[in-house]
Amino acid sequence: MIAYIARRLLQLLPIVLIVATLVFSLIHFIPGDPVELMLGDGARAADISALRTELGLDRPLGVQYAAFLRGLLRGDLGKSLHYQRPVTTLLLEHYPATLELALASLLVAFLIAVPLGIAAALNKDRAIDHFSRFFALLGVSLPNFWLGPVLILLFAIYWRWLPVSGRDGWLSLVLPALTLGTALSGLLTRMIRSSLAEQLHQPYVLTAQAKGLSKRQAALRHALKNALIPVVTIVGLQFGALLTGAIITETIFSWPGLGRLVIQAIRLRDYPLVQGGVLLISMTYILVNLLTDLFYATLDPRIRLQKS
Amino acid sequence: MMGALRRRPMLVLGVLLVLSVSTMSLLAPWLAPDDPTEQLLDRRLEGPSGEHPLGLDELGRDVLSRLMFGGRISMFVGLIVVTMAGLVGTMVGALAGFLGGRTDALLMRISDVFMAFPGILLAIALVAVLGPALRHVVLALVVIGWVGYARLVRGQVLQIREQEFVVAARSMGVPGRTILLRHILPNVLPTLTVQASLGMAGAILAEAGLSFLGLGIQPPTPSWGAMIDAGRSHLLDAPHLAIAPGIAILVTVMGLNFLGDALVDALNPRLHDREIRRF
Repeated sequence: MIAYIARRLLQLLPIVLIVATLVFSLIHFIPGDPVELMLGDGARAADISALRTELGLDRPLGVQYAAFLRGLLRGDLGKSLHYQRPVTTLLLEHYPATLELALASLLVAFLIAVPLGIAAALNKDRAIDHFSRFFALLGVSLPNFWLGPVLILLFAIYWRWLPVSGRDGWLSLVLPALTLGTALSGLLTRMIRSSLAEQLHQPYVLTAQAKGLSKRQAALRHALKNALIPVVTIVGLQFGALLTGAIITETIFSWPGLGRLVIQAIRLRDYPLVQGGVLLISMTYILVNLLTDLFYATLDPRIRLQKS
Repeated sequence: MMGALRRRPMLVLGVLLVLSVSTMSLLAPWLAPDDPTEQLLDRRLEGPSGEHPLGLDELGRDVLSRLMFGGRISMFVGLIVVTMAGLVGTMVGALAGFLGGRTDALLMRISDVFMAFPGILLAIALVAVLGPALRHVVLALVVIGWVGYARLVRGQVLQIREQEFVVAARSMGVPGRTILLRHILPNVLPTLTVQASLGMAGAILAEAGLSFLGLGIQPPTPSWGAMIDAGRSHLLDAPHLAIAPGIAILVTVMGLNFLGDALVDALNPRLHDREIRRF
């Protein structure tokens, strides 16, 4: 297993380097002069020149790139133009809120998808199965930037059960987590349904039933564990969608996380902060994918024994 | 029609939903009751009425007309993104799968990098630096979209190129290019259709999401995402402003997903195997 982890980490290095390079080049894709754009119309020439020096944009590209990578290794991503504070400090301040929201959404998705997926697989082609298919499609089709305002309208404005926005206690987490978790719950319901239905046809489940277990008992005690393995992979891959979905959800609910910080930074043309935010979200995504693979390899030894 | 509905209700429902939205958007200049940018400032935020079935927005513009014209943007972005991403992805995937070896390794490593980024984040970052405009939204969505097609086509080509009819063509001396274009790619087409249908749903959602964040289509051009964003400030006094465009997105995306899903069912013989084995 250690050899497998080492191999995966080595494979990851070039990807991390390329992602970092792309994030570094973002500022160079800006049409025109990025410094003039950041300072806006009517900026004084002296200020433009000072900011250019501060950002290192007056140096040759190679030198800028080397400095960016050196800074990255030290955890130094420069200073935010708007907040006048280190980008790393700002990102770390906002990171826990985003992780909290993503994990709560994951919980919401599981709470909806596991019972619904199991019920659908056990009652194939009956009403609950049709409902689960419809719900799955509805979940992936609902835009979260619409679901959020609708939930606010119902639960916060009309019925006043939950707060409209902000991050103040677990009640304020309910609506954002529902908004962000619904799409994933649709996808997971579908996965659990098909994966469990496939397992129910396996000989070991039939054996368990032949030994006297009911279909439900056989499904819950034996088949479910195996059915959840491919679901783990989907959850890993979808974590990235949760992190990016959080950008919109945090904007709707004024949730003080990374996503809202990045969107504000885009509006303020605070490019060092945009670069830092994009880098941190991407790195989290890469790390979660790695952890998913490792978890999968722990469950299924065939994967870690493969040569490539 | 009734028979088809009974056999494949999802397919029929999907086609109907997509057709209705496409017709409504395509014929917007003739069907829309008003000019989508005309402002009746003294009647701002007016609720639905006979004259304006979905009411008026924060600048006194007819919501139904804006919805119909907004549909044109959504469908246009969806179609063009799917076409461009599909073409690029199919080319990359077909070359990687057919040529194999170093070309395959190189192309797949490039696609690994694009997969390493969470898609929409890359689109947001690109539009953020390039500036909010329709062509930048399309470019960003193509940049994040082609990878899915490339992976799919590569996998299909790898499978099909080992089949007997391809081996037979090769042994008869048919050139590689002809084999790829005449024999392999037509067989990839059904799977591509499914991907295109689901991909268009994704592109429409992504465009609306970017417009919602203020990074997409700029005012006064109507866009469903931007309409929801504007309606958010009036949830209390005029909730219909945010609700109507949301339902339009939901109906379109659901229609495309129904269609894609029904096509998967129709094209996936493994499901039939399972049905047959049951008896």
